[in-house]
Amino acid sequence: MQNSECFQKIKNKFPDISIEEQPNGLVIPKASLLEVAVFLKNEISFENCHCVTAVDRKDKMELVYLLYSTPNHFMLTLKTFVALDDLTVETVSGLWRSADWLERETFDLFGIKFLNHPDLRRIMNPDNWTDFPLRKDFKMEGFIPRPQSPGLKG
Amino acid sequence: MAINETIPGSHIIETFPGGEIVLAKSEEVMKWAKGSSLWPLTFGLSCCAIEMMATGASHFDIDRLGSGVFRGSPRQCDLMIIAGTVCVKMGDCLKKLYEQMPEPKYVIAMGNCAIGGGLFYYDSYSVVKGVEKLGVPVDLYVSGCPPRPEDLLHGIMKLQEKIKNAKQRVLPKDKE
Amino acid sequence: MGELMTINMGPQHPSTHGVLYLELKVDGEIVVDCKPHLGYLHRGIEKIAENRTYTQFIPYTDRLDYLASMNNNLCYCMAVEKLLNIAVPDRAQYLRVIVAELNRVISHLVAIGTFAQDLGAYATPLFYAFRDREKIVELFDSICGNRLTYNYVRIGGVSADIPAGTEQYIKDFIAYERKQLIDYNELLTYNVIFLARSKKIGILSKEVALNYSITGPMLRASGVKWDVRKDEPYGVYNKFDFDIPVGLNGDSWDRFKVKLEEIEQSLRIVEQAIGSIPEGNPVSKVNRVFRGTGEAYVRTENPRGELGFYLVAEGGVNPYRCKIRSPSFSNLGVLPELIRGLNISDAVCVLGSLDIVMGEIDR
Repeated sequence: MQNSECFQKIKNKFPDISIEEQPNGLVIPKASLLEVAVFLKNEISFENCHCVTAVDRKDKMELVYLLYSTPNHFMLTLKTFVALDDLTVETVSGLWRSADWLERETFDLFGIKFLNHPDLRRIMNPDNWTDFPLRKDFKMEGFIPRPQSPGLKG
Repeated sequence: MAINETIPGSHIIETFPGGEIVLAKSEEVMKWAKGSSLWPLTFGLSCCAIEMMATGASHFDIDRLGSGVFRGSPRQCDLMIIAGTVCVKMGDCLKKLYEQMPEPKYVIAMGNCAIGGGLFYYDSYSVVKGVEKLGVPVDLYVSGCPPRPEDLLHGIMKLQEKIKNAKQRVLPKDKE
Repeated sequence: MGELMTINMGPQHPSTHGVLYLELKVDGEIVVDCKPHLGYLHRGIEKIAENRTYTQFIPYTDRLDYLASMNNNLCYCMAVEKLLNIAVPDRAQYLRVIVAELNRVISHLVAIGTFAQDLGAYATPLFYAFRDREKIVELFDSICGNRLTYNYVRIGGVSADIPAGTEQYIKDFIAYERKQLIDYNELLTYNVIFLARSKKIGILSKEVALNYSITGPMLRASGVKWDVRKDEPYGVYNKFDFDIPVGLNGDSWDRFKVKLEEIEQSLRIVEQAIGSIPEGNPVSKVNRVFRGTGEAYVRTENPRGELGFYLVAEGGVNPYRCKIRSPSFSNLGVLPELIRGLNISDAVCVLGSLDIVMGEIDR
């Protein structure tokens, strides 16, 4: 199976959702995440939610879901963008139990709230922290950044 | 024991003719006993814990130095080998465990992460940059990433020497 | 049902294999609920990745699952090679397979030894396992200079060629280890006490395992014949002939037996690789500092499951984002379901059979 075949199937089922096919994965709008996930799990047998993570793109947050379908031997990268002033998205832990702890970790490190999650609290950092460490604008006292080598310009 | 046999500890004891009575200073015997039976606490946190287990296994054998009995409870041991990275969440537990150990107690900081943050000194928001920052006094540092089992054995022997050479405690009424 | 008591199987505990905190609610001896608390070894490795070059990050991957450093290095280097289309010489591919499989052998030995220790065979299996492990660890010491965190597999190859005499040493080790495996089977596998303590304890069914995205020997013990080395081969694994051991019931005994049989299969792979290793220069010739753009996700079969690296590159010398998909993290998620209704001593048995390493759970 290829990216384009999967894209076609989703497009046929949900003709009025604006899906973008990029070389690195499919981008779907945030509001239709749950129905596309239900369709993927039940119809195309993506029974394995391999990884859930986020990338801080400075003006928005990018959520990445890596779903795997064993019969088709295909790993799908599903992305959705979340605006910085409304960091909420539906949870998929009702469909895949592996997403439970992965979404808690994304909340802990980025601050994205997952609606209707059974137990959304921090998992790695202490419970009384208010910061979200993996954001690009993270600042903390005692955080010593590595001095830049003069030959390397990042 | 026969008169002319060298017996262990002969540097601190004096034999009487006949061989059945020995005389020694109680402080020296206590220090010898303390150093030769340091029981460690199972406090392996990360990668250095595997090297600590390898030191306890049969190839390197920490038991020949007297330290082979790893206890799970801090109330029953007198040596805490902090093997691995100490993170912010674990720091409170470490302090509590240290305070629960009865005197006399010793601490070995094993591995670069326990000594000063190690590989995680820069750019880490949740690693305590060295055990001493938590207020735990360290007796011995064994550096390496991870230190070889021979290094840990050498460290424990150095600690035994340190205990042997410790100054006698002077009680207040003995001072002039 | 009486009053429930909360017991802390705290971060410092002889049986929790690292710093894991389990909050158990028990009714007498029976566990009613279990809440794992993580983060006691959270070092922020993913944040560190954003401020190191691609080559400078390789030692950090060693310290994730510190019992399988070669496999971690391999997965990360493959992810960078996929991102930037870097080719790897043939001899380096074979050397990578050899060290990865030997590392799998010693990782499974530690898992077996500590599992037997948790069940009460306090020192003997552990000492036997560490005795066998010393032989391979000394070999790795002569290849790359370290006993635990190797930093051997590099981007575009390996860091150095194997010294003379390695091939004979490995052949002798394989013959020796095959005899030791007979010993382990006689000592442990069909021992009456071992069977009574681990059979039918912590049964994980196929459907629950797939839903929780369990991978590795835990998944294979539940009856699913899935191994990335066979089903989506990477490197030169498609040139070797080996089997995938699968369990029947998914209980703790099956998880133990699958690991024991995987040691034999790994020895088979190493034997074939040593016999057919090509000549050439395996040392990596890639620049130490390079830039790239794009995204890549690569997963490999670690001794504990599928490790994955998701790399996002935006043209800098450092990765923009490095996400580490750790197998033990997903495997641990199923623990509360498995130990509901068991005694505390059986909970220790299940936790030992999960074979988790906190370094890669907390990262």
